[in-house]
Amino acid sequence: MTDIQAGTELPPLELKPISRTTLALFAGASGDHNPMHIDLDVARSAGLDDVFAHGMLSMAYLGRLLTNWVPQGQIRSYRVRFAAITPIHGKPTCTGKVVSVEEGVATLELAVTLADGTTTLTGDAVVEIDGERLDTHGKA
Amino acid sequence: MAIDVEQAKALELAPNTVKVERGRLRFFAKAIGETDPVYSDTDAAKRAGHSDLPVPPTFLFSMELESPDPFGYLADLGVDLRRVLHGEQSFTYHSMAHAGETLTLQPRIVDVLSKKGGAMEFLLKRTDITRDGELVAEATSTIIVRNPEMAE
Repeated sequence: MTDIQAGTELPPLELKPISRTTLALFAGASGDHNPMHIDLDVARSAGLDDVFAHGMLSMAYLGRLLTNWVPQGQIRSYRVRFAAITPIHGKPTCTGKVVSVEEGVATLELAVTLADGTTTLTGDAVVEIDGERLDTHGKA
Repeated sequence: MAIDVEQAKALELAPNTVKVERGRLRFFAKAIGETDPVYSDTDAAKRAGHSDLPVPPTFLFSMELESPDPFGYLADLGVDLRRVLHGEQSFTYHSMAHAGETLTLQPRIVDVLSKKGGAMEFLLKRTDITRDGELVAEATSTIIVRNPEMAE
């Protein structure tokens, strides 16, 4: 990983359109049981046309982009801003780009966008890339 | 209704101690479409140098939701949950966590910022996540409270 520099792009992670099954599974697995994500009747009672995806599902997808690129122990920090709702059937793509590299540590710019161009999440991460990785159980 | 900043920062939120379950991590991996076997196959995890299945980067947020009433503090501050949005989420990692470990999560409100004449309030909640007293990670949530009646 010696060729990583400002401008290096991470291999994008393209997801399938988000189904109701995905939202039901994520509600159970994540512990976020907010009915706005899984119950059409509740969503309609709140004036929405349909349910929408959990923001933390998109953050988890972006996390996969990171751990596909480096072992998780090399991630020092990871932050996102939730910019727009992901509607049901939305098709997210996760992207990331290195914005700077200093002393073996890369700062990444991250985003999740939908097929219609909507950016649903923006974020950043700080990742060790100099080959030194955190001990899997303790400090670096 | 405006949140009382001093009351919010003085709130004592209860710590929660949770054991990380292997089955739950596998379920989470399935739900997010994870294809890396390190997150679902203990042999693959051990081959990669882990003691057991690793806790993925955002699962710490799910562990916060394991407390008996994770949003009770908002009601204590007089916030209507229907007006609440999750604005930002961040994690700072100090070490990895794995299935079988017991983690303690201690949340606290670190700040409340008011914008647009009080029409939007930003509540920052930080949770320290420790294992045997050692800091594993810090998780910070920015909760946005919309108060449209305050808009001029």
